[in-house]
Amino acid sequence: MGEAEFLFLLTGLKWTVLLSLVGFIGGGVFGLAVALLRTSGIAPLERGTASYIALFQGTPLLMQLFVVYYGLALIGLKLDAWVAVAIGFTLHASAYLGEIWRGSIEAVPKGQTEAAKALSLHYLSRMKDVILPQAIRISLPATVGFLVQLIKGTSLAAIVGFTELTRAGNIISNQTFKPLLVFGIVGILYFLICWPLSLYGAHLERRMATASR
Amino acid sequence: MNYKLDFTPVIEGMPQLLLACLGTFGLALGGMALAIVIGIGGVILRDSRVAALRWLVKGFVELVRNTPFLVQIFFIYFALPLAGVRLDPTPTAIIALGINGGAYAIEIIRGGVQSIGKGQIEAGLALGLHKAQVFRLIVLKPALRAIFPSLTSQFVLLTLTTSVCSAISAYELTSVAQRIESDSFRSFEVYGTITLFYLIISWVMMRFFAAISQRYFSYPVK
Repeated sequence: MGEAEFLFLLTGLKWTVLLSLVGFIGGGVFGLAVALLRTSGIAPLERGTASYIALFQGTPLLMQLFVVYYGLALIGLKLDAWVAVAIGFTLHASAYLGEIWRGSIEAVPKGQTEAAKALSLHYLSRMKDVILPQAIRISLPATVGFLVQLIKGTSLAAIVGFTELTRAGNIISNQTFKPLLVFGIVGILYFLICWPLSLYGAHLERRMATASR
Repeated sequence: MNYKLDFTPVIEGMPQLLLACLGTFGLALGGMALAIVIGIGGVILRDSRVAALRWLVKGFVELVRNTPFLVQIFFIYFALPLAGVRLDPTPTAIIALGINGGAYAIEIIRGGVQSIGKGQIEAGLALGLHKAQVFRLIVLKPALRAIFPSLTSQFVLLTLTTSVCSAISAYELTSVAQRIESDSFRSFEVYGTITLFYLIISWVMMRFFAAISQRYFSYPVK
């Protein structure tokens, strides 16, 4: 494997990182909406978002990508593979992050909501200034954990035909006939991104465990 | 929108798809069994007196948990023949699933074992229980109870992950669906249908595990 092949892998890595970021940011925005609706106290909205979350947590990510990919083409949207998988990961992440943040919002002591209401703060300010800042702190370890899961998940875009790191590895492996070397390097590249994040997540978790003692 | 949904290929392929659910089930069961073996073995080695073994287990867990399953299965798929082991895709997939699930199982089981306080064991012995009774009543049952929720949700996740084994064309639901899809080009209909299958499978599994937990582990702690 020469320099050109390695550079090709790095280009794949760039797309893996971009796809993860788009999925995480897009999923973050929609996930916040899901979490807020899920805890809104309005029964039909809570049931609807609960089913949305259950749907994504009960099916394989690969199927979600397939259904979004072919479903978008079906309703007449001729989209780039890149846009289609980005939408797929955004939906996937919104369900998982929505569920994580729902738990964190509910973990904020009830007295906080009651106090905010007693101070006659309206919903927006109650959430923005009182509940969410505390919920974000609680959710941080799980959120970082999900980010690692999402980065690993982007490898499935390879099966749909999007050239990120894993598919770049596939292509190079077919060219060089050195699958072990190529997938070894691909694995190490994923590890170098995910491991620091995992360590950071574990660190946050430990710190929170000692703080709550 | 001028596309008409056509489920004829799905209906014609239904017997194959249902049969393939058994393939998925087999992969999941095989993977779980191997994961439990690796998990228990790993926990024992993880606390061994030999530092090298401890580091080996630690490294294994970190490596598996921080790389994608798809890369792992490709690596194993190509590594086994080089090691002189010739296996069909399906057993290869079970090994990959077992290794992946095993790394998570090590962490989960270890957490459960650590949750048993030393004082509890001493108290059991002081009350005149046999060593076997102490192990069964004070160590094993509470530890199982502690790890059961996370271990079983990891198993549901592992079952959903079996769909990735289609990448090495192991026999399971997704690869059979891919075959039907490439013959009929009814992609959305085929994948939509088996997505529903997966939803049912994971729902049944969760119900099953919840029932077991209800039956064996629902006693008051304090």
